[in-house]
Amino acid sequence: MVWRSIARTLRQCPLTVAPETVSDAATQDLADRLAAASQRRLGRSLAIRQVDAGSCNGCELEINMLNSIVYDLERFGLRFVASPRHADVLLVTGPITRNMQDALRRTYDATPDPKFVVAVGDCAVDGGVFKGSYAIHGGVDSTIPVDLVVRGCPPSPAQLLEGLRLLLEANA
Amino acid sequence: MIAAGILRAAPTAPCAPWSRHVLTPDAWAALVDALRNDRDVALLSMWADSQLVYCLFHDIGTGDFIPASVQVDAGAYRALSPVRPAAAWFERMIHDLFGHIAEGGTDNRPWLDHGHWDQHAPMSPRATPNLMAAEPPQFLPTEGDDLHQIAVGPVHAGIIEPGHFRFTAQGETIVRLEIRLGYVHKGTLGLMRGKSPRAAARFAARLSGDSTVAHSIAFARAAEAAAAVEAPARALVLRAVMAELERVANHLGDCGAIANDAAFAFLPARFGWHREAVLAAAFGAFGHRLMMDCVVPGGVAGDVAEAGILPVLAAIATELPGLLRVYDDYSSLVDRMVTTGTVRTELVNRFAAGGFVGRASGRDFDLRRAPGYAPYSDMAFEIPLLQAGDVDARFRIRAAEITVSIDLLRRLLAGLPDGPLTVPLPLATGEGIGWAEGFRGDIWTWLRLDGGQIASVFCRDPSWLQWPLLQAAVEGNIVADFPLCNKSFNCSYSGVDL
Ligand code: SF4
Repeated sequence: MVWRSIARTLRQCPLTVAPETVSDAATQDLADRLAAASQRRLGRSLAIRQVDAGSCNGCELEINMLNSIVYDLERFGLRFVASPRHADVLLVTGPITRNMQDALRRTYDATPDPKFVVAVGDCAVDGGVFKGSYAIHGGVDSTIPVDLVVRGCPPSPAQLLEGLRLLLEANA
Repeated sequence: MIAAGILRAAPTAPCAPWSRHVLTPDAWAALVDALRNDRDVALLSMWADSQLVYCLFHDIGTGDFIPASVQVDAGAYRALSPVRPAAAWFERMIHDLFGHIAEGGTDNRPWLDHGHWDQHAPMSPRATPNLMAAEPPQFLPTEGDDLHQIAVGPVHAGIIEPGHFRFTAQGETIVRLEIRLGYVHKGTLGLMRGKSPRAAARFAARLSGDSTVAHSIAFARAAEAAAAVEAPARALVLRAVMAELERVANHLGDCGAIANDAAFAFLPARFGWHREAVLAAAFGAFGHRLMMDCVVPGGVAGDVAEAGILPVLAAIATELPGLLRVYDDYSSLVDRMVTTGTVRTELVNRFAAGGFVGRASGRDFDLRRAPGYAPYSDMAFEIPLLQAGDVDARFRIRAAEITVSIDLLRRLLAGLPDGPLTVPLPLATGEGIGWAEGFRGDIWTWLRLDGGQIASVFCRDPSWLQWPLLQAAVEGNIVADFPLCNKSFNCSYSGVDL
């Protein structure tokens, strides 16, 4: 089964979807904004550390799909790493709960410079529907500086991919 | 007197569909004493508001579900945890949110309150300001030769939710695991209060994103029960279509993820491919990949464009048997699964653990069958059951349930009734219980409406009764097998952190 399936795949076209083109205007815009931080070139490869700082886990489901063969994140030089100490990018989800704020700040501090923070999901923007709760501190930028926002509840893998590739292109 | 007798002897207050038995503190104390030697009554859920502590019991002998409550007296009530260990986390949650003290409880350490909020007991009318700096958590003491501790989290290595796992190990063997949660506590129950069911449904849908459909159904059914209305037939069938799609998508993801934790890349690749196809079909059919906010109190938010669903199901049905043969054929894979992370039947019964955790260990419980709800009540279908209780059994239950759900989906789509999608919810006052079988297991939602607004609500995620068993399942296993055990449970953090 495994070998037959692999052989079949080799004969057919790949299952991975073709990437959408990234908008030039948006790339340029982000490149300008990141210019200061990108002085030390990271190259065309970014290591990503995902941090759930209070999400409902919906955002994690879609981020996980980036690792599937359909979206195959690694073909763009993007990969998830297990420690913030190995990361260039923090991908942060959720409204920042008061109980996670400290852990998020410490994760940020453990990530070597230069680093970028991507806030993922409507909750990560400003707390989303959870805004105003006694248990919520705010959006990601209430705790650490944010470079890029990917909206959606949750954003689809395609939207996540677009955001991360923007970061890559702007950074190259 | 036996526990069920004490419950039934108490006077009742209106609650739909089952009246709530109102116990005096004395009757409650007698109930706690009776439960000590009475295995026939299971605790399914426990929650509170500012005056009462509530429980949902299951009388296993008669099959009855019995809601009960006790008045909190001078800020305290008699603890249930000495006779129902699963009550301990609920009691700690009730204390941290409402300030009620469980007298004689087995564990009175804080749970959700990590010392970072502005107030203690934030949901109580008598909340007190928090003037102290947060203190480090206390873990259970361990004694013995050559023990060492491994502290993991709250930020984990994978793309998962945050929580803290404190392992005590002897060499490679786990002697004890203690789980500390509460990191993603968002104050969801507090945010739901004072809102209309329609507005509060958005929070039920975000209690645990992977079970958004099932939580939305349980919440909608509770609101409908409290307001004494019924959703139209077409909406009920569409809800079931969404719920089964959610089950298939999650089981596909889990089956792949379990194999992935044994470093067998082929299965996650194929399972992930099909999972994506289901999510894309859900988007085509209902306009959202996870079908969030598609179930609303009174019905469903929109109609279905079902054309894309059946081909995706056919592709899964065609490939699944082959994938399971691959699983069986690779002894290096099966070797990691079989006899790993075993939970005994006695334990799942004692904790009333539902879903694949219970059904892989011989607990035959599924809300679609009992107490049942439309449209499942009229359908015959198999509920897979195994006895082994290990990672392998939890994998196989999921795989078998995918097949059952595909069959259900085909029948549901073939028999879609015509008619309206919603009924309006009157501005009612009343109390209701709703339930739904999510992919993880039984979800119970209780709420009270006051003039059409939520006065009090609790959504019980299946993970409340499964997390504690993960602690038991890993005992005696090697640390390296923890990811497998954990993935085979796949408990929700957000669902219990509220
Ligand atoms: S943005 Fe939506 S999916 Fe993401 S964590 Fe918030 S509620 Fe969940």
